[in-house]
Amino acid sequence: MSFVERLSQVHLDILKEVGNIGAGNAATALSQLLNRTINLEIPTVQVATYDEMVELAGGSDHVVAAVYIRIEGEAPGNMFFVLPPEQVSYFVQLMTGDSTITFEEPPYSEMGISAFLEMGNILSGSYLSALSDFTRLNLQPSVPSASIDMAGAILTMGLIELSQVSDHVIVIDTILEEENSDRGKIRGHFFLLPDPDSFEKIFQALGVNVDE
Amino acid sequence: MNKLKEVVKVGIADLNIVRAPGVIRTSGLGSCVGVVIYDLNQHLAGLAHVMLPDSSLAKGNALNKAKYADTAIKELLDILIEEGAKKYALKAKMAGGAQMFQFSSGGDMMRIGPRNVEAVKKQLERFRIPIVAEDVGGRNGRTIEFNPESGMLNIRTVNLGVKDI
Repeated sequence: MSFVERLSQVHLDILKEVGNIGAGNAATALSQLLNRTINLEIPTVQVATYDEMVELAGGSDHVVAAVYIRIEGEAPGNMFFVLPPEQVSYFVQLMTGDSTITFEEPPYSEMGISAFLEMGNILSGSYLSALSDFTRLNLQPSVPSASIDMAGAILTMGLIELSQVSDHVIVIDTILEEENSDRGKIRGHFFLLPDPDSFEKIFQALGVNVDE
Repeated sequence: MNKLKEVVKVGIADLNIVRAPGVIRTSGLGSCVGVVIYDLNQHLAGLAHVMLPDSSLAKGNALNKAKYADTAIKELLDILIEEGAKKYALKAKMAGGAQMFQFSSGGDMMRIGPRNVEAVKKQLERFRIPIVAEDVGGRNGRTIEFNPESGMLNIRTVNLGVKDI
């Protein structure tokens, strides 16, 4: 049986805390960047099939804007920051003060993409540094890369390592929400997908046995 | 008669077959490859959503045949023949294998799209199934739908419109 199917409730709770600490720090960074109050929901940790995971982001051909970061260091993995395109338009307009930038229709402005990447950079950096402090593992983000495309096409990129081992993924999903938004409830997701071997390292770093 | 067209949906690392008047679809192909093998005379088609090039990459115990190019195409072929397809009449169309994100560094994992395409082509060649049309590579996601009656593969993208091959 693969490691993914052996996880106990204790392990899932620890991963939930990992998501909480990382995304909490990232939400603070985003609040400061945009000068808006950003809240986060309690993270969920799920053992999901590939299709179920993509469903979390709205479904395979649902269009999303995403920043992808490869995590390098002692516990490598993948991280995605996924938002509806109209939400990115709004964030980037706030950041740049340029209200002509939108991500709903191509072609996308280069300035806009670069602002979105910078946002991804700041968020993933704060997520990872919190994670790194918590676990005392050395973790560094790669240079971020952005894409506006189908959720299935984007997220399967993060499954390549894991899919060699298991038909299930452990996805640590945290939902961000803007407070007092007059634009309705618009949600963003942080997906953290550690590589298969990284789980053991994370648990060990936190003093928990894998076979507990 | 206004009967709703049956759409067979194929998930990630999954495969299935369809007979006319149904169609078969898979959504959100990125680095994955969607490969259709069909017998136009029989109005029969199979579709696999391939995720990885080779089953030798598998580290787990249970092997999902639809996940790997080498096992998926063999499996699809066996099912189609069993369902009455004629080996000599089989043709293939394929789409996907994009590189969704660009990195200056990054090894083999980043090239997974092109590697999937190569692996699928190699397997089709092994079974002597001609590739009639393909739309592979690039940087964009694709949703594909195949009609076993017309033999057309419809490809939808977010940034590059819709086309039939």
